[in-house]
Amino acid sequence: VSARDVAVIAFAEFETAVEPQRNEVEMLIPVIQKALADAGLTHRDIDFTVSGSSDYLQGQPFAFVGALDAVGAWPPIRESHLEMDGAFALYEASLVLQHGAAQTALVYSFGRPSRGEVDRVLALQLDPYLVAPLWPDARGLAGLQAQAMRDSGRYPDVPEVPATTVMDGAAAVVLAVGDRARGLHPRPAWIRGVDHRIEPAALGWRDLTDSPSTRAAAARAGALDPPPDKAWLHTPYPHQEHILRDALGLDRVAIDAAAGPLMAAGLSRIGRAATAIHRGEVNRAVAHATSGACLQQNLVAVLEGVPA
Amino acid sequence: VRVAVTGIGQTKYAAKRQDVSLPGLLREAAGRALEDAGLGWSDIDAVVIGKAPDMFEGIMMPELYLADALGATGKPMLRVHTAGSVGGSTAIMATHLVASGQHRRVLTVAFEKQSESNATWALSIKIPFTPGLVAGAGGYFAPIVRSYMRRASAPDHIGIKVAVKDRLNALKNPYAHLRLPDITEEQVRESPMLWDPIRYLETCPSSDGACALVLTDEDTARATDRPVAWVHGLAVRSEPTIGAGRDLVNPWAGRECAKDVYAQAGISDPRTELDCAEVYVPFSWFEPMWLENLGFAEEGTGWKLVDDGSTALEGELPINPSGGVLSSNPIGASGMCRFAEAALQVRGLAGDHQVPDARLALGHAYGGGSQFFAMWVVGAERP
Repeated sequence: VSARDVAVIAFAEFETAVEPQRNEVEMLIPVIQKALADAGLTHRDIDFTVSGSSDYLQGQPFAFVGALDAVGAWPPIRESHLEMDGAFALYEASLVLQHGAAQTALVYSFGRPSRGEVDRVLALQLDPYLVAPLWPDARGLAGLQAQAMRDSGRYPDVPEVPATTVMDGAAAVVLAVGDRARGLHPRPAWIRGVDHRIEPAALGWRDLTDSPSTRAAAARAGALDPPPDKAWLHTPYPHQEHILRDALGLDRVAIDAAAGPLMAAGLSRIGRAATAIHRGEVNRAVAHATSGACLQQNLVAVLEGVPA
Repeated sequence: VRVAVTGIGQTKYAAKRQDVSLPGLLREAAGRALEDAGLGWSDIDAVVIGKAPDMFEGIMMPELYLADALGATGKPMLRVHTAGSVGGSTAIMATHLVASGQHRRVLTVAFEKQSESNATWALSIKIPFTPGLVAGAGGYFAPIVRSYMRRASAPDHIGIKVAVKDRLNALKNPYAHLRLPDITEEQVRESPMLWDPIRYLETCPSSDGACALVLTDEDTARATDRPVAWVHGLAVRSEPTIGAGRDLVNPWAGRECAKDVYAQAGISDPRTELDCAEVYVPFSWFEPMWLENLGFAEEGTGWKLVDDGSTALEGELPINPSGGVLSSNPIGASGMCRFAEAALQVRGLAGDHQVPDARLALGHAYGGGSQFFAMWVVGAERP
């Protein structure tokens, strides 16, 4: 393990069907506090902070600005934000840590889709000139994918697509490099590889029964080299587990697949994989995050306890 | 890994670019950047886009929709959003992708197409149980300007002088939005008072536009026959929106960010060592304020550099030779325009608004309630 290897040393999350009382910041504060406490750090020990969230889920611009209150950006901090799932924020943090500009990083994300009609809100991710004005709902698009799987003949028992999962939640991960990580955790979850790839938005240009972006990301992240003990997959709809399992080449690997709270779901998948390594339940894990309609964009992370 | 800017592309900035779709707007900038870099779409390893809130165009997470138009199919694609500083933070994230050794050639594009939606609507959402602040950006920043004028005992004509200087610089920049060849100090003084003390001609326009950069590793940079700009330092700092002890006139985060980026670039006296700077000035008075925040002048004296002509194109420290945000403001791109224009200067490719012999330049962006800062220093020589 070289000096610039990066590890997850703490993870905290909160998720619920509907958070009726607390706003996004109030939901986020205890999650960040717990992650920092578990890491044995305070916010002043964090060199780089990066988050993922969506203005459209919060229903107001600059959702991430209010969330800074949960971090305590005083004195001023080195900070950035992606309008993406927190898993992509973790990708940025891991690069910043790798090339030596920081020793520790806090990554967090949050989403409270219960406040809106998520099926309609997600329609605003589509081509704004030709598709979004028709308001195709997210579940309907997933239904097209499920039908394409049935039509392909490769997936004989594809279940009906259930209602879109609506969950509110937040997730926070603390990262550290090399000896700093070893000093903070007896069994850091080392990030052996992270990669992500995107496909075109137009559904007609894609084979919806396959996920070439997942396959490419997995190859570059070294997901099967060697195969993991377990994989945590982000599946907004249950039928997507089959597509991802095939694209990742995970034939005989234990799978934990879940939808989770939008924007925090992918980061939560990585956090849960890291926690299983921290506890010694697995030594090598794959975590996956997705974004966009019908698995348009996919991220694959490989985590490891001791070198396999 | 050392990082170089090898390609720069900008669109023509205008109130309404109705001749192009949103992907068309981005491709105009990205295509020019690729051409400048001597690369094709397939040479690019990863794409990073940035823009201000999604509600400005009404598209949620537009990287999903724009992936194909930007040649990102099968590649990594990221989307940054850090308020007004986003153009700068996007360029910084793209630089990280190369500096970390992860990728060799990264395309980054920042944009705003305000004419297809309504930015004022997007900024005026009423949150239940919270007091509404429907003052707009001008209303938010006017008291800060007033506070600066009082603290620095700055005379009223300083803001007017900046407004004229930047609009005259814009006449030398073919991409600039506002073209006011006959502008005079008298005209600015007589223009309507929008948010006292900010007059109509002391504010930025609302623009459609995109700006793109190609960032590469050293091997790729050495293979080009065009001059490149080397990244000598980059930094970001953030502070909260509201807090006791915050100084909105001279924000701590801005001072820290400048200190960090100068240290990386080995700069001890920015005023003499930097040849020019592209600074995010949406209201004219922010030029003297940022001159102090950036360490070009002692606190309370930034306005004197404006008054004696030091910040003019032919002055000792030219600020915003391109005409700046006061002449073109495609919000999400405005920060990247500053970063791009700084790089153009040290490459010697700024045309009519070129600062003679510019070797080292600062690009600066800020956003939110003067709370988010992104900066880079670029130079003609490899650091």
